[in-house]
Amino acid sequence: MARIDLIELGHAYRPNPTAPGDFALQPMTRTWDDGGAYALLGPSGCGKTTLLNIISGLVKPSHGRVLFDGRDVTQLPTEARNIAQVFQFPVIYDTMTVFDNLAFPLRNRGWKESQTRVRVHQVADMLELTSDLKHRASGLSVDAKQKISLGRGLVRPDVAAVLFDEPLTVIDPHLKWLLRRKLKEIHHELKLSLIYVTHDQVEALTFADQVVVMTQGEVVQTGSAQTLFEEPAHTFVGYFIGNPGMNLLPCSVQDGAAWVGGHALALSGAASAALAGAGGKVSLGVRPEFVECVADADAGGDLAAGGDTVPATVLSVRNMGTHFLAEFRLGEHRVAAKLRAIEAAAGSTVRLRFPQQRTLYYVDDQRVA
Amino acid sequence: MKTYNNRAWFLILPVLICVAFSAILPLMTVVNYSVQDILSPTQSVFVGTEWFKTVLRDADLHGALARQLFFSLAVLAIQIPLGILIALCMPAGGWRASLALVLISLPLLIPWNVVGTIWQIFGRGDIGLMGYALNSLGMSYNYNGNSVDAWMTVLVMDIWHWTPLVVLLCYAGLRAIPDAYYQAARIDGASRLAVFRFIQLPKMRNVLMIAVLLRFMDSFMIYTEPFVLTGGGPGNATTFLSQYLTQKAVGQFDLGPASAFSLIYFLIILLFCFVLYTWMQRVGTGDQK
Amino acid sequence: MMAGRLASRISTTLLVAFLLLSMLPVYWMLNMSLKTNEEIVGTLSLWPGHLTFANYRTIFTDPSWYSGYINSMMYVAMNMVMSVAVALPAAYAFSRYHFLGDKHLFFWLLTNRMTPPAVFLLPFFQLYSTVGLMDTHLAVALAHMVFNVPLAVWILEGFMSGIPKEIDETAYIDGYSFPRFFVKIFLPMIKSGIGVTAFFCFMFSWVELLLARTLTSVNAKPIAATMTRTVSAAGMDWGVLAAAGVLTIVPGALVIWFVRHYIAKGFAMGRV
Repeated sequence: MARIDLIELGHAYRPNPTAPGDFALQPMTRTWDDGGAYALLGPSGCGKTTLLNIISGLVKPSHGRVLFDGRDVTQLPTEARNIAQVFQFPVIYDTMTVFDNLAFPLRNRGWKESQTRVRVHQVADMLELTSDLKHRASGLSVDAKQKISLGRGLVRPDVAAVLFDEPLTVIDPHLKWLLRRKLKEIHHELKLSLIYVTHDQVEALTFADQVVVMTQGEVVQTGSAQTLFEEPAHTFVGYFIGNPGMNLLPCSVQDGAAWVGGHALALSGAASAALAGAGGKVSLGVRPEFVECVADADAGGDLAAGGDTVPATVLSVRNMGTHFLAEFRLGEHRVAAKLRAIEAAAGSTVRLRFPQQRTLYYVDDQRVA
Repeated sequence: MKTYNNRAWFLILPVLICVAFSAILPLMTVVNYSVQDILSPTQSVFVGTEWFKTVLRDADLHGALARQLFFSLAVLAIQIPLGILIALCMPAGGWRASLALVLISLPLLIPWNVVGTIWQIFGRGDIGLMGYALNSLGMSYNYNGNSVDAWMTVLVMDIWHWTPLVVLLCYAGLRAIPDAYYQAARIDGASRLAVFRFIQLPKMRNVLMIAVLLRFMDSFMIYTEPFVLTGGGPGNATTFLSQYLTQKAVGQFDLGPASAFSLIYFLIILLFCFVLYTWMQRVGTGDQK
Repeated sequence: MMAGRLASRISTTLLVAFLLLSMLPVYWMLNMSLKTNEEIVGTLSLWPGHLTFANYRTIFTDPSWYSGYINSMMYVAMNMVMSVAVALPAAYAFSRYHFLGDKHLFFWLLTNRMTPPAVFLLPFFQLYSTVGLMDTHLAVALAHMVFNVPLAVWILEGFMSGIPKEIDETAYIDGYSFPRFFVKIFLPMIKSGIGVTAFFCFMFSWVELLLARTLTSVNAKPIAATMTRTVSAAGMDWGVLAAAGVLTIVPGALVIWFVRHYIAKGFAMGRV
């Protein structure tokens, strides 16, 4: 149960970093609250595992400090930090029984046998491992082994935070769900801080209260699943989250309207103001879930004619069971949309509406409106 | 955890073709000769197990076999722990590891007759560094005249020559252990000894098995190095099994008994290796491969 | 390693001590190679009293020296590649699958190493003569496979078994085809196993003299013939033998140097 502060924390592998590209982890300052569940989400190479290893003490950062409950732990070795770490594959002691595996950290710290036994049984109970305690750890299934790995972390009562490095990678899909539920239960019961690294957005969004999205060594946004979905602050977040990701269309601003693929879209007052005089790359983002498709007749025409739709050609329509996934061509761009129903067939012309409150604008990948 | 799939035989086929063909023919030939009395290139009489009985009754054979067994067991007892120890001492990476790897493997690359030759001079009291050093330390060391000295020299020579094999195997095995295990051990507060006992040694099980079997086989068949160094002497103090076989085959045996002995030789090694293999499989996790 | 500073100091001391002792006979061999035979058997000298390159000259001026070196390297290289190539799929099969007779077959493979190569001498001679492969590099390379392939299979299988099968399955779920998985994911994980296997195949083939000498005459004759002439008119040719030893070390040292990154870790780069 620790509040974790990162002060100007950055990491570069080479001695004198100057350009952003030299940093594996860009310097950042943020606070993570006691007892929260956080997910570090991002593609391979984005720096999330580096960040995790810095927090756990396996890597010493080249810049900045890490504080646990206000205490500077940056130079402390891992074993002095009261954290536990679960890795991508189960890390267990093959030659020991499950009981001995769980008891190992306690015995190393000089605990009395009687107290060890009580604590091990507690943890085994919580993880539903009690029936396996007498068995050799090496003979169990992979998900049981991961539970043992986790158990070894939880068995120490002074553990402040548990760090997970893509722990469900080698678990069967149907067992993943069970393990995730177990993790949430444990989080509720023990109220530990949990930090979970993953590249799977479903895992991150279902597990964590707050998701930290990273790319190329930088944290681009932190927020709840809903915030990330509805208000992505960075084009990367828009693109990475959601399946399929947000439609990102380059546009230009002229005469108080946004021009996409040769067609104009109305801009709200706030958007106009924010975009006025914007240099750099301007993009428009709208999620496929919010794109509307209307038949020509009801459309009302485009901006010049007082309507708010743009013409597009249907490229493909796929029935996904719960919805239709349609792809349109707008000028030279493609737009994906998730629709409940669509009557138009491939090749026909339709009109698309981008609801103003769902349409976001980005300048140089940062959200402005 | 392993799936049952007979189509795996296709993956084994290339190995079988390369090895079986060239191994079965000679074996059949040897078996053939071992049960015949070859009077002349065109005449032979089937004698059944007679050669086997003759060979096994030979007292010289018993002596050579005893010496050989003692030698091989001594080799295992020293080279395996020493190899593990040195492998643990070697750096994990960087230029230091590269240097250590090259230096460690040098003894392995010298042709075996040159090995014996070098040690011949090396061990001499008058013209050799080791002999001279030992004598000036007060020990009267003479590998040509003294049986114990001869034994020690052959043993040390073998240790020098072949421990690097064990080191390389163990080193490779250690490098294959993912960092996560060491990291977890740190988090668990494990001592250095615990890391060795619970992580490194279990994970080296496979390479150790190979090291033990390989060293046993090769030491049991050893010929060139001791032969060049001591010629089997003084007397027959360092006459091991393969030299005994060569002596007899050249001197007294003809093809029949020689073949019988070859088979017996092979079967002894096979038996010991099988026992070692099965025992090492059981020790360890206790679950089957 | 997580050793304290004391433990790492002990490690280094032990290692250095072992290496120093181990290098003594090598140094002695180098020493001998630069002396005359008279000096070798005459006196004890820690470095040559009369430095001479005559031994090396004897080897280098032998017309077959250069071709002998090349020949040896050729069949050894062929053997290395063939042994490892053939052993990889077999080791994978043993490591991942159960099939009829698997345990027996695995052990039987190793039995090929339980007889001295001399046993194969006559049959190989007859076999290769019959198929017209006598005196070729291929013949020696094939002959050496008898003892190298079982070793390769055993070592590789050991390392492959250390990789949990779940990694294979995860790769398939992620959409990898088997060849791509094998090359891009699996092989890098058993790097150190491949490194030692390659080196051992090299080493055992390189020092094997009997079969190599017997199966070749002119075209593929290895360095063995030239370099291990034991007795000349004046008696044992100590110096030449020592020089031969020194020269045979060089290619092997190069091989280990080339596979060093497979066996040891390179730079410790952090993952992201």
